[in-house]
Parts: sequence; C-alpha cells; structure tokens
Amino acid sequence: MREAAFRTPEIGDDTAVLRARLHALWETEPGLKGWLGTVDHKQIGIRYIITAFIVLALGGIEALVIRLQLAGPNLHLLTPEQYDQFFSMHGATMIFLYASPILSGFSNYLWPLILGGRDMAFPRLNAFSYWVYLGAAIFLYSGFLTGAGPNDGWFNYVPYAEKDFNPGINEDFYSLGLIFLGISTAVGAANFIVTAFKTRAPGMAINRLPILIWGTLTASVANLVVIPAVSLAFFLLWMDRQFGTDFFQTRGGGQPLLWQHLFWLFGHPWVYAIVLPAMGMVSDGLPVFCRRPLVGYAMVALATVSVMILGFGVWVHHMFATGLPGLSLSFFSGASLIITYPSAVTVFAWIATIWLGKPVMKTAFLFFASMILLFVIGGVSGFMTASVPVDWQLTDTYFVVAHIHYVLIGINVFPVIGATYFWFPKMTGRMMDERLGRWNFWTMFIGLNVAFLPMHLAGLLGMPRRVYTYPAHMGWSALNLIETIGAFIFAVGTLLFFVNVWKSWRSGAPAGDNPWGAPSLEWSTTSPPPPYNFAVIPTVASRHPLWEDQLQEGEARSSLRRGMTLDQGKESLLTSPIDAAPERIVKGPDDTIAPFLLTVAMMVLFYGMLLKTWWVIGAGAILCLTALLLWLWPRRELLERAPDDHPESAHV
Amino acid sequence: MSAAPLGYLSSDGERAAAILPLTWFTLCVSIGVCLIIAVLVWIAARRAVPGQPGEIPVERRGSGMRWITIGVILTSIPLAITLVWTISALANTVGPPRRPGLVLDVTGHQWWWQVDYNGPLPSGRFATANEIHIPVGEKVLVRLHGADVIHSFWVPKLTGKTDTIPGQTNLSWLEADRPGIYRGQCTEYCGAQHARMGFEVIAEPRGQFERWREAQLQTAPPPVTAAQARGAQLFQFRCSVCHAVRGTTAASHYGPDLSHIASRRMIAAEMLPNNPGALSGCIENPQAIKPGALMPNQHLSGQQLTDLTVYLETLQ
Repeated sequence: MREAAFRTPEIGDDTAVLRARLHALWETEPGLKGWLGTVDHKQIGIRYIITAFIVLALGGIEALVIRLQLAGPNLHLLTPEQYDQFFSMHGATMIFLYASPILSGFSNYLWPLILGGRDMAFPRLNAFSYWVYLGAAIFLYSGFLTGAGPNDGWFNYVPYAEKDFNPGINEDFYSLGLIFLGISTAVGAANFIVTAFKTRAPGMAINRLPILIWGTLTASVANLVVIPAVSLAFFLLWMDRQFGTDFFQTRGGGQPLLWQHLFWLFGHPWVYAIVLPAMGMVSDGLPVFCRRPLVGYAMVALATVSVMILGFGVWVHHMFATGLPGLSLSFFSGASLIITYPSAVTVFAWIATIWLGKPVMKTAFLFFASMILLFVIGGVSGFMTASVPVDWQLTDTYFVVAHIHYVLIGINVFPVIGATYFWFPKMTGRMMDERLGRWNFWTMFIGLNVAFLPMHLAGLLGMPRRVYTYPAHMGWSALNLIETIGAFIFAVGTLLFFVNVWKSWRSGAPAGDNPWGAPSLEWSTTSPPPPYNFAVIPTVASRHPLWEDQLQEGEARSSLRRGMTLDQGKESLLTSPIDAAPERIVKGPDDTIAPFLLTVAMMVLFYGMLLKTWWVIGAGAILCLTALLLWLWPRRELLERAPDDHPESAHV
Repeated sequence: MSAAPLGYLSSDGERAAAILPLTWFTLCVSIGVCLIIAVLVWIAARRAVPGQPGEIPVERRGSGMRWITIGVILTSIPLAITLVWTISALANTVGPPRRPGLVLDVTGHQWWWQVDYNGPLPSGRFATANEIHIPVGEKVLVRLHGADVIHSFWVPKLTGKTDTIPGQTNLSWLEADRPGIYRGQCTEYCGAQHARMGFEVIAEPRGQFERWREAQLQTAPPPVTAAQARGAQLFQFRCSVCHAVRGTTAASHYGPDLSHIASRRMIAAEMLPNNPGALSGCIENPQAIKPGALMPNQHLSGQQLTDLTVYLETLQ
C-alpha cells in the first residue's frame, strides 16, 4: 500500500499552469460560507490585525476618558465606580485583547510566508483561535457596555474581587472572559510551535530563522506554560464567587497571596510574550532599512530565548511589598536585574546595525529606530523597580504607570505600527503614504513622550496609581494636565495612522513584490500573495535568501522558482525540526465552518455559566460536542494514503 | 510639609533615608543610559542616505560584535553596583527593629486606617483612626493587619510600602528624625475610595507624645449643654451602630473610633480639615463627599445635625 504522505514529490518550475491549478485548490469560496469557513492564514491574520486595531481604538478612547478625569485635581467626569471600570477595562483591553492578538495577527499572516510554507500547521485550529478571540472580546465588552465591566484592575487582586466585596456580575464577566480568551491563546501558541518546528521550507535550518520567528516561538512556548496558571486562578476565583469555595479567602483557610503568585507567574512571562515578537519585528525590519544583515544574529536569537527563561523567575518583583521574607526578595531582585543583560545585547545589536549600515529614512525605519530609545526608557525604569528597597517607594505610584506604558507602547505599539508600514505592501499590494507617515510618526512620538515622561516625575512626587482623582496642592496638578494634553496628541497620531491605512488601502501606489529590497521569503512571492503563498516550495540555502547575490557570502543559492510543486490537493511539506530536511507531505483541510460553530456554542456555554442557568449550560455543552463532532468527522480527502490504493476504490 | 507631601526624593526618617541614595543612584544611571542611547541612535540615524531601500545595495560592513561586547561590559558596571547596593540596603532596612520604642497595630479597612496603641493593661489600650502619633527619634514597629481587602501602608518620607493582607501580619517600621506631620496613603487598589484613603503620621517629642497618649486614654466628658445632651443621645441612637466613644455605651468597632475625634487635625481619611462644617457635611452626606464609602447618608434635620456636631466637638 503506497502512502501519499511519503511519495516522492514532483519537482517543477513556477508556471502559469501550476499557479492556476493551485489557485483552484487553495482559493476560499466567495460568499458568507467562505467568509465564515476560511482557514487561509492570511485572511485569518488580517482579521486578527483589524480586530486588534479596533480594540486598540476602544482602549484608547477609555484612556482618553481617564486622562480627562485626571486632567485636574478633584474632577468628577466619572464616578469612582465608573472610573474603576474604565481603568480596569483599559488595562484588560490593551494587555489581553490588543497587545497579544495583534502580534498573533502579524505572525499568523507572516509565518507561513516567511517560513516558505503554504499554511499554518493546523489551519482549522488557527481559524478557531481567531473566532474564540473575537468571542471573548465580545463577551468582555458586553459586560463593560452594560455597566458590568471588570472593576478590580486587569490584575484583579483578591479579596476585593470576591463576592463579599464585589457583589455584582462584573468579576464573573472578567473571570469567565479570560478563561475563554485563554483557550484562544493556548491553541494559537500550540499552533505556532508546531508550525515553527515542522513546516519550514527545506533548508531553513534553525540558525536561518528570522528573529520574528524566534520571538513568537519563544512567546508561544511561554504562553503554553503559563496560560494554565491564570486560567486556573480565574476558575478558582469563579468557584469562590459562585460556589462558596475559599481558595483565596482566609475564612476557609485560603490565601489572598495565592492569587498574586498564580497571576504573576502568568503575568510576568506574559509581558515578555507581548514584546518579544514585536522585538523580532524590529530585528527583522531594521536591517532592511539599514541595508545590511542584523548585527549579532545568534546573540539576538539567544537573548530572545534567555529573556524568556529568566522571565519565569521574576514574578515576585510584582510582590516586593507583600511582606515576603528578605531572602526570597533578594533572589527575585537579582533575577530581575540580570534580565538587563539580554536586553542590552539586543539594544546594542540594533544600534550597531544602524551605525554599520546605510539607514534609509522611511516611516517604518523611524518607528523601529525610535523604538530602541523607548525600549531603553521602559527598560531602565524597570531596572529601578527591580531593586527591592527602591521599589518599596516606586511601586504602585505613577512611576510604574510610566514604566508599563513605555514598555507596552514603546515595545509593542511602535514596532507594530512600524511593521504595518513595512508589511502593508505585502498584505495589500499597495504602499502606505510616506508623507502622512511622517506626520503619523512625529505626532505619536511627541504625544507619547509628553503623555508619559511626566508620569515618572508624578510618581517620584508620590502620586499613587489607580486613583479616580487627587487633591490639589500635592505637586501633581500641572504634570497631570501636561499628560492629558500628551495623551490627546498621541490619539491624533493614532488617528493619522488609521487614516493612512484606510487611504493607502484604497488608493496607495502599487507596491510590487519586494518594494524594500528585503531578504526574507515573503518578499519573493506576489503582493498580495496568492492563496497558496508559493507556487513551488522554496528551497533555502542561507539566512537571507533574497540577498544572496548581493552579500556574496557563499556559493549556495536558494531556489525560489523551481522546487516541489505539491499540487495534488491542498498539500504542504513537513520538515525536520532542526535542519528542516523534508520528511513528509501533509494534506491541509478544506474550509470549514466548524471552528466558527464551536465558538458560537462556547459562547452559549460561557453566557450560561455567567448567568448560572443550568439549562443554558447544558445546551451550550451539547452544542459544543456537536460542533466538535462536525469538526472531527473523518474526511476522505485528509487520508494520508493515495486514493487509488484505498481498499474501497481498489475493489470498485 | 513640602510642596509634594508624598514625594520620596527627600526623606525625614532613618528607613527612608537608607534607601534614598540608592534611589538617586539608580535614577541618575537610568537618565544617563537614556541620554547615551538617545545620542547614539540620533547620530546613527543622521547618517541616513537618500533613495529607496530597494535601490541601495546590501553589504555587511564589520561584524559589529564589538558593539555588543563593549555595551555589555559597560552595562555590567552599574548593574553590579546596583545589585550589591540593593542587597545591602535590603539587609539594613528589611528587618524590624530589635528594641522598638513603640509597637503599633495598624489595620487597613475600606477606606480608613485603624490604629491600635497597646499598653500593659487593657485600660492602657486605645484606638484612633487615620492619625498616627509617634515619638521623634525612636524606632516604631508597625504590625499591619488586613480587615477586608488588601491595602498598602506607605509614608514616603519615613518608610516604603508594605501591604496589609487579610490573614497575615506584615511588619513595617518607621522612625522620624524631626517633629512634623508626614502624609501617608494607601497604595494598593482597594475599591471605590482607594484614592481618598490617606492618613498622617505626627511625630512629636517624647513628652508631648506621652501627653497626647494620656489624653487619648481619657473617657468622653459628659454633655454640658442641652444641645450637647441631645447630640449625645442621637449618637447613642444612630452612630453607635458602627462607631465607638470611650466611656459611653457606643462600642462598635465597625467604623473609626470617634472617642477623640475633635482632637484630630483632619477627617474623612485625610480628605478634609476637621471643622464643624466639614464634619456635619461628612455626617449628613458622606456619599457626595466619598461616593461608595460604607457610611450611608444620614438624612438628619438641621437641628439634629447641629446637635450632633456640637456633641462631637466636645470629644477632645
């Protein structure tokens, strides 16, 4: 019996006939069914990106309302309860619904293109991960918009989140919403890990991976390890609230600090998970505009991984004031300071890349290069808080608010917007407007610094975090007014970005395949790429397949126009984890609405749990099982044996 | 008080002072690093070449590894200093004093601070709220308790933050070098009135402190005027559900102890100055002043409110 998975693949040229054949196989059918059922990583990636940018705008509007409330002392635009929901939802939105999904979006779109594959390892799981993200976002916002948003901060400390002190449905929305969202993140992470190790183009050995891949891969491994901690924490909290368990309450022998350990065990690695892929974008994008390879590739790749490994040992630096023994504090203080090393390696690699290159002033370059400075500002304030005694003063003041915003805007938003300028031509086939881009960059850069630099000082002058207002004569009033003005300048900058995207998508200049003269595989296919990405699977011979002729660093040349055709169905190639040697052929699934249906069923289940209505929970569970059955129903076209060897067809 | 009562770039006590030089050191290192990096990026980017990236040939000039090596070596110097300094500052400040001059129990409530002074006999114990008196120049051990949710005890000029957590007793300590009023603030988010959960530490010479302590141990004087008597009766009837006044039957400890409310400088957890107007406002309409606070509006008549305020003014 001949197995289709191990047949010898046909080698061919990139021809129009082949492209037509592949197009018919890979194209998503038009109409609603195709829209709901697509498993094309590019469509899913763009959906992720658009949804995350909409969420960014929502979180930004919340931030502006917060800044209006704090523009002067003793203002009452919002009641304390409203303010608490606004700042909690702002944090949850930006950290959970924007910062991570936007990176998943870019990685979803880019990974198979960068890796020379035709799709992610598990395309249906990929669609599922997007739908669940959307479902969880709707779930959380349905609470906020009905006045039942989270009101205990994104960190959600107990016992304030317990029913005794927080009797409304707010915290149930938040607990269940984050458990729901965790499913999306976890399956997404699993998909990235398998994709990185198994679906690379032949020859793309692990030392030839672009840093973006290293970043997302590292973040995904971390997510897979830590998401269970936070999902468990929220589940235990929900049990405490609904069934009277006492995991976090002292009256039944529970411990409030248990929450903080579970949360930060997740929370700190998560911070790295939402910056490492973005740092990867800079490491890959910056060299293109400096016209030279990244300085210290191996060092930067190792720094990425080691930041994460160290990142698992620093969660207690969020808990320096909780009365833990001095000895354990000193361990976590040391670990937190040591993280400076891999960060320094990366920063100096970037600076050296600009310094030893020929920088070209494009908007993407401005975002990437300025990110280095923002990274350092956010980094050094983190270094200060790593020193325990200093942190006893700094923690929970606006100094830390400044820190987290330099980190998240500097190391996530700036690279992401730079990445949009950089990869937009690939995604749409059109260039973004450079003139508007300059305006966009400078308003955002100035707005960011006007808004957040004074926060350091407000913090040093003692302004506590999470306050709905503050008294006059504390030395903070002028600083807060400046911060509010800065926040609005930043908002204008963000608006210019959205305008530029909208305008360029409709009428931008045509881009061509490789407008920036970039080195990696995604630039070897058309812009936008065809549904099958590559007509022939590229064979990679170096770290910079498209720069080989210019760099002249070896004899070998990547083969981009001739290679495996894999055109007998939706076929992709699996390769070995380290050397990317071809192993077998896999068939990808067709479009299916099962992931969408499963998400809808899960929403029924989660709303049922929220309302604690047993018949809805039962109905949701049955719907979930039905959708799973539909998903997992065996399909002939996914068999790994050649059809003509199939026992049934042999006998006919 | 200085222009920034909660600022911590200056200190007035031993524990805060032990940390301050390290704070300044790390701050200056941080600013220096940012300036160096800003200059490096700026100079590097100023060498920009015109044209489109695709038209400019790619070349690898130098490995650039020297940048990383030098960068990491330069980073190591302040890092090593900070690490050693941190551990030694931690060792000097973390432990509670061996022979404290005073031991206090402070309990964080939503949204006020209960302060218990101990004595060898029950008659020597008393409680106050949101106002902590300490003798100057003596180390004061503060045992921190959580009544409901987590709060954090912070007097920036005297000591860094320590959380008050239900189910465990945390230790903090403070010492004031000179007499003065030092502002404190809850810094762990604890709900609606977290922003207004202030307190103050009043450091005074030992003799003055002892006189204050004696005064706090006194029971409430009996009402003298008719208005005071009506106010006292009203207090017993309504306020005593939550509040206590020493020497009367009002003995509930759900809310702040009001035995010597009139002796306090501020009311409503450091929000308002203690005067009859503010006091009657806080009694009649606390939800307007501190929305979400646990004290309900009282709906007293004008006469009742005046009587009650007059009575409270006698609790010196």
